[in-house]
Amino acid sequence: MNVAIIKYNAGNIFSVLYALKRIGIEAIVTDDFDTIRNADKVIFPGVGEASSAMAYLKEKGLDQLIISLKQPVLGICIGEQLLCRHSEEGNVDCLGIFDVDVKRFDNTNHHDLKIPHMGWNTISANDNPILKGVDGKFVYFVHSYYAPVCKHTIATCNYIDNYSAALHRDNFYATQFHPEKSGDIGELILKNFIEL
Amino acid sequence: MLAKRIIPCLDVKDGMTVKGVNFVNFRNAGDPVELGRAYSQAGADELVYLDITASYEERKTFIDLVRRVAENVNIPFTVGGGIGSVQDVGKLLNAGADKVSINSSALRNPQLITDIASNFGCQVCVVAIDARCDNGEWICYVKGGRVPTERKLYDWALEAQERGAGEILFTSMDHDGVKEGFACQALAELNSRLSIPVIASGGCGTMEHFKDAFTIGKADAALAASVFHFNEIGIRDLKEYLKQNNINVRL
Repeated sequence: MNVAIIKYNAGNIFSVLYALKRIGIEAIVTDDFDTIRNADKVIFPGVGEASSAMAYLKEKGLDQLIISLKQPVLGICIGEQLLCRHSEEGNVDCLGIFDVDVKRFDNTNHHDLKIPHMGWNTISANDNPILKGVDGKFVYFVHSYYAPVCKHTIATCNYIDNYSAALHRDNFYATQFHPEKSGDIGELILKNFIEL
Repeated sequence: MLAKRIIPCLDVKDGMTVKGVNFVNFRNAGDPVELGRAYSQAGADELVYLDITASYEERKTFIDLVRRVAENVNIPFTVGGGIGSVQDVGKLLNAGADKVSINSSALRNPQLITDIASNFGCQVCVVAIDARCDNGEWICYVKGGRVPTERKLYDWALEAQERGAGEILFTSMDHDGVKEGFACQALAELNSRLSIPVIASGGCGTMEHFKDAFTIGKADAALAASVFHFNEIGIRDLKEYLKQNNINVRL
């Protein structure tokens, strides 16, 4: 099993590498096109800012590479948001795999709810294979922007509103939360993805 | 619903965990990586590692420790102690830390908060504030709580938020180490003024103290050290107690 983790200008990339190691998978962190193209699974992780991340992906040509991938791809957090059509963060057009626009949380009518949405929250998951055994469980979120519920939604979380906790279209999967930081449940999701 | 978080804090000196009582008289409480893994398995929601010596020579040892924690622990963790520049933050994040906590260096140079937030995102930057109530006014202290500053707790917390802090970690120096409860009134005041999460720290001795921090103090998370390290309170027992008291926790 060859797993490639896409290297770009976003943080927390090594956390995914370590999490995979804990479940017995040796992955490689790379921005080499051939290595990514030939991997069995690709993970597009990260913590960062959308417009600067998009600018970097474009500069390196990674934007075109990512959308052309045919093997299972898992976007995490900012990786998820970058796979959407557009983001309010830096008002930037993104990769357009998921037909949904990323918005900023608005707590005008919910002053008690803090932004960023930070910490452990439960998700409602459908029967998508990467979410096997995950419905109703707590996972770890850190984000101020979110993808609303859309036709690609496979799990929702409720914070201020119902929104997409996970998305799926064709070979592209994505989670707003961090499976690599979500304890045993997170490791289960990574295992599910690797076993696709 | 978003769960209230329980965060064990591990003070690290020479690669080992220690805990100060009122910031002096260290007692040894074990290996930081093993302790962190045990806490995550017991149900801790996050961990904080504070490098309490943080001399130049010891930075490298601490960065190695951060990497070992990242490899072995499957929940988020924050690191702090001696962070004075964006470069320091970059090294710790690259080693696998999820967030950094800054304290004295932010008071000395508030621009550091802005720089960390713009380079790595708000969620990375935890601003820790040690404060003491002097003549009815909460004053911020630096250097491990030894030196008072001109800054007032609420004003400084608000400025930190405006500069891009992702969370405020508030330690009451009056309460820390004495196990008579968190500074709940000040916590509630902070919470009402801020729109970012507040972590309560300093003073817990019983499970009821945690409950009070969440109900009276409205804290988003509560941090403690010795009650966990010396097994006076088990994390799972604590969470079951909180749940019975209608506080949403991850079990």
